[in-house]
Amino acid sequence: MTGGRIWALHLAVLVALLAAGLLLPGYHSTNLARILVLATFALGYNLAFGYTGLLSLGHAMFFAAGMYGAGLPAWHWGWEAGPALLTGAAAGGLLALLAGSLALRTAGVSFMIVTLMFAQAFALSLLYFSDWTGGDDGFAVPTTARLVFGHALSADVPRFLAAWGVFALGLVIALALVCSRFGRVMVALRENEERARMLGINPYRAKLQVLVISGIYSGVAGAAYALLFGYVGSSFASIQYSILPMLYVLLGGAGTVLGGVIGAAGIFYLTEWATALTSAWLFLVGLALVVLVLFLPKGVLGWVRAKLWRNLP
Amino acid sequence: MAFGPFLLLALMEGLVTAAVLSLAAVGLSLVFGVMRVVNVAHGEFFMLGAVIAWFVSTMVPGPAWLAFAAALIVAPVLVAALAAMVDGLVLKRLSYNPEATILATIGVMYMIQQAALSYYGPDARPVLAPFSWRLQLPWFGYSGYKLFVVLAAGLVLLAVWLGLTRSKAGLVMRATQVDREVAQAFGINVGLVYRGVFALGAGLAALGAVLYVPISQAHYLMGHDPLLLSFIVVIIGGLGSLRGTLVAALVIGLSDGVISMFFSPTLAKILATLLVGLVLVFRPQGLFGAKE
Repeated sequence: MTGGRIWALHLAVLVALLAAGLLLPGYHSTNLARILVLATFALGYNLAFGYTGLLSLGHAMFFAAGMYGAGLPAWHWGWEAGPALLTGAAAGGLLALLAGSLALRTAGVSFMIVTLMFAQAFALSLLYFSDWTGGDDGFAVPTTARLVFGHALSADVPRFLAAWGVFALGLVIALALVCSRFGRVMVALRENEERARMLGINPYRAKLQVLVISGIYSGVAGAAYALLFGYVGSSFASIQYSILPMLYVLLGGAGTVLGGVIGAAGIFYLTEWATALTSAWLFLVGLALVVLVLFLPKGVLGWVRAKLWRNLP
Repeated sequence: MAFGPFLLLALMEGLVTAAVLSLAAVGLSLVFGVMRVVNVAHGEFFMLGAVIAWFVSTMVPGPAWLAFAAALIVAPVLVAALAAMVDGLVLKRLSYNPEATILATIGVMYMIQQAALSYYGPDARPVLAPFSWRLQLPWFGYSGYKLFVVLAAGLVLLAVWLGLTRSKAGLVMRATQVDREVAQAFGINVGLVYRGVFALGAGLAALGAVLYVPISQAHYLMGHDPLLLSFIVVIIGGLGSLRGTLVAALVIGLSDGVISMFFSPTLAKILATLLVGLVLVFRPQGLFGAKE
């Protein structure tokens, strides 16, 4: 019964986002495209952190893996956007499988540090193999590669539609996933791993599956970012891009499907507003993080769920 | 230069890195050991120490050693005061929850970095060494100040070790580390101990930075590498173990010097970060720590 209402809410949000992107002037629709790509990243992060309790500080490496996985074939061999997006997704998933199979032998603080260290090693490797990756400067994705069915992704409307499509697909899959049996396994692992193990769940395998899914989401987001906005750079592998999805999720609400997009939009416009106000926008990001952790640890939708709508997924 | 002297130079550079690193890392290790808090803002306390040293050097007239001596006192005290404030305003309110404090200290890291950028600027600025004596070896000349850094770091570490093992305050700290609740039951003010330890850890980082800044330059992003390397050292040495931290600082510092000199600094860092990840996965107690 409530299942219908939940789907209706999420589809309504998707339709509203589509309408906003098509009706708003170009500047905002570009912003919205960027927000939706980052929100896809946040969706993937939320599956790992919000639902399964895997607090990773290394998701930037999956994002960057997707970015380079899509950008490098486009740059070196002139691949088009469609196949490039798939290699980006695969790169994110594979790296998550590799890093996760090691990192998931640890938990808690150790897991945070291990993922952080792997991500650092990955970011440094991008610099080390600069002949291939363009090093510190990165590279621009050639315009010839930024085509989908003959439509140039550098134009406002196709770019927004592509971003919306990626996000919509991600949202629907995430919602189906968390409402499924496997979604309950994820929450069970977050709440009490020992009890989940007693019920016959293999925690290591389930967590690895979640991390790979999360890596694919991050990879798709990174690939879409490269293809839609045309730039690939090693700064996207830095720790800042592991912190950002965490900020989005914390603001929007950990363990809520719509939290990512609310958080991404909130942080995006907060930084936008702060940049116009002062050059010290990084200060506000830091302050936002501290204030969120101190005063709103469950985020906007977490608060809504606690007060208004208990079954919100 | 022949291979032998070149290796000697690499080892000497590595020893200097190890000295600075052990000072930065010992603070991080103390904070983690006693409070179980992973302080991500630790590198920024290091950076603040260097930046304050620069401000002091421009404000104190007279010979370079006078400004240096002033910085050696002023920077650690100011940074320790700031850390105590962070503890009161943020960490304490989170009841030192390990995961929440990591997130909060990431926020603090951004704020300190931005504050340094706004008030100090994006430039790297030099600070004069207190003396300019050079050690002339048959193959190359070597900065006497760098050798002084090694000596000074050794003395500070010795003082920390003596303080921890021989003084009342050290006893109280160790008691809190072993069992917080029992310590409290024996009338130890745990809140005060935490605040003191957090301030002490930050002060040690700042002290390391004041020693380091004449070799390098003061820059608002300079906290990044010490943070990463301190993490590496603390983890490889075993979290919370002083001796392990010292040994790991030597291993990492020396190998960093050698690999950087013969191959590339980036490769050295890649190997070190991977090593940390793998150590945590396969030997969580650290290479030198005992099994729990």
